[in-house]
Amino acid sequence: MNCFTAQHILGIYSLSPDEITFILDTAESLKDILQRPIKKVPPLRGKTVVHLFFEPSTRTRLSFELAAKRLSADTVSISANTSSVLKGETLIDTARNIEAMRPDVIVMRHPQTGTPHLLTKYVKSAVINAGDGTNEHPSQALLDVFTVRQHLGHIDNLKVAILGDIIHSRVAHSDIMAFTKMGAKVVVSGPATMLPSRQSEILGAKVVLKMEDALEYADVIIALRIQKERQGQSLIPSLREYSLFFGLTPDKVKLAKTGALIMHPGPINRGVEMAPEVADGPYSVILDQVTNGVAIRMALLSLLLTKS
Amino acid sequence: MNSESISNYLFTNARIIDPSQNMDFVGDLLVKDGTIAAAGQSIEAPQDTMAFDLKGKWLVPGLLDMHVHLREPGEEYKETIESGTSAAIAGGFKAVACMPNTQPVNDSAGITRFIIEKARSSDRAKVYPIAAITLGQRGEQLTEFGDLLNAGAIAFSDDGLPVKNAAVMRQALEYALNFDALIISHSEELDLSRGGVMNEGRVSNILGLKGIPAAAEEIAVFRDIALAELTGGRIHIAHLSTKGSVEIVRQAKNRGVRVTVETAPHYFSLTEKAVFGYNTFSKMSPPLRTEEDRLAIIQGLKDGTIDVIATDHAPHSVIEKECEFQTAANGIIGLETAIPLSLNLVRDGSISASQMIRCMSVSPSKILEVPEGSLKSGNSADICIIDPEAIFTLTLESLHSLSHNSPFLGKDLQGRAVLTLIEGRPVFDPTGILSIPKANQGT
Ligand SMILES: [Zn+2]
Repeated sequence: MNCFTAQHILGIYSLSPDEITFILDTAESLKDILQRPIKKVPPLRGKTVVHLFFEPSTRTRLSFELAAKRLSADTVSISANTSSVLKGETLIDTARNIEAMRPDVIVMRHPQTGTPHLLTKYVKSAVINAGDGTNEHPSQALLDVFTVRQHLGHIDNLKVAILGDIIHSRVAHSDIMAFTKMGAKVVVSGPATMLPSRQSEILGAKVVLKMEDALEYADVIIALRIQKERQGQSLIPSLREYSLFFGLTPDKVKLAKTGALIMHPGPINRGVEMAPEVADGPYSVILDQVTNGVAIRMALLSLLLTKS
Repeated sequence: MNSESISNYLFTNARIIDPSQNMDFVGDLLVKDGTIAAAGQSIEAPQDTMAFDLKGKWLVPGLLDMHVHLREPGEEYKETIESGTSAAIAGGFKAVACMPNTQPVNDSAGITRFIIEKARSSDRAKVYPIAAITLGQRGEQLTEFGDLLNAGAIAFSDDGLPVKNAAVMRQALEYALNFDALIISHSEELDLSRGGVMNEGRVSNILGLKGIPAAAEEIAVFRDIALAELTGGRIHIAHLSTKGSVEIVRQAKNRGVRVTVETAPHYFSLTEKAVFGYNTFSKMSPPLRTEEDRLAIIQGLKDGTIDVIATDHAPHSVIEKECEFQTAANGIIGLETAIPLSLNLVRDGSISASQMIRCMSVSPSKILEVPEGSLKSGNSADICIIDPEAIFTLTLESLHSLSHNSPFLGKDLQGRAVLTLIEGRPVFDPTGILSIPKANQGT
């Protein structure tokens, strides 16, 4: 039980392979609860989890809230449009105010990189990063690794292809680090405007321009959600062009190993980054990812709260 | 004027470094009636003169920082002309040139005169105001160069908000020819740097922050040099930070372009790695770069490609720095850390003591065409005495600036000014070098 010492879950960057394995094993044991007729257990009774979301999010927030409720924690949600941030309060003031109410965990999503890290300097409660700017989304990566382990039995020596906007995607960053730390080989590809300039490597993943090189013999394919614009800049000519040259079609999937897992963090732009036949195909595990997301988040909450 | 404090001093056993005369020797220097009377191996103390044994401390011409932000008028909660010039003399600087991005912008003679008047009444370091190139630093309409120069402006710059339009920059360089005025450029291609908060590269990938490529600076450095070449105008490029920029400047100087350049101590002291932990005290524009860039900046100082060390002293309060990294303001204070950081280069043999003093005194005064940084006999006794060995911890209490946004806060630094004389007057004497014998004299 002692290999989990983290105070906060800020990113995969600061987790060791042992810690990741421990989180996955914990999620495994908690997952059964989700199959029971009464999906609630008491370990976090009397604990308070605050969901502090400065960015719209339906899925991640719902998943975290369900996870907290399944473990009998009290939950409170604060979103940007109702919070005092719009009234000019600084993040640090907001943090201090929330801290004064003595929550046990703050789950935070914020459009700016590094904000959960900043929060930890002002609150005593544990902080879980539910996505910060273009940096990390650790719970997503953990559920992705969990889903792959569930289906393929292991992670080491697998080839994982990640396709799309690598440089701006927090899912890509966390996924690359999580799969790499667990011994997989990660190859990333996409339009060069979405890849690091003149670097053959990012965070341990190999960068390739030819999508075929990424897909060849892949055991796992993760397609990322595409946004046409970032900060007012067009990174691709059109979504149509993207779907034609970078979209994951049944033909492209054939380059990968037979039975390669198809994954997507959601929500999918059907027909853009992924053809509907692929998303709904026999090897798609996209809905498993959603189910496993709750288990992973239950694991994170219980590990942070039942440590001492 | 506290004229009673003007006295005649003889400093003995000093390491006298004066690059303007190629001097670096251990000897004595005599200050008489506010001017430098003599320097030599051994000088007899005349009557009415107090002698001080400096025990090998450095005696150099007063330093000039040609790139500071004093924040007054408009942002007096960050710094005032009085607090900024207090920080200057504490850092060994006899004078500073202040950038025009105040509120309102220094784009008219009235603001320039206000700054000069405030500096005069503060009676600390001398202040040379740099006026804006364009009205409101909007990059459109030139300011009244002639009128501003008459009011006391020393140069023109839109620092902080670089002139985006190349045609406007060309106009500025051309119009400046009539007045032989200097244009100082913060060279940055804004379209390329927009949204970026640190150097683009491996570290920005790890931290998930949007990067600013070196090319954003280099394109603009090249543009501004090409425009200086086109017009024959005189350009000074502020805060060089990349290897590529150093090379572009080196080539331009070889072609004979009228270009001078500065770098700031943080660009030869730190790299992008200082941003780890989302440390907002390491956020600045241009951003801290790679180790390769840092070494190229040092090489530029060594071979003379880089003329000046200027601090880009940019005070910000906790409101601007204790916040989200992307929201945090750019810039760090520098006046009170310039000497120890530059001394690091002397200590590790990268540059000589003379080169350091040239970059902080002789060259900036030449570029701004203000009284030379020199210990020649007859010159005003503007002197800085440096204890290169003194180790001190940079703390909130030790800083004279109103702000404390420094990545060196809490760190031990070695070497500092222990005495600053302006026109023979001790304006900064924290250890009381000049006070003990004075007490003796009073009896
Ligand atoms: Zn600048």
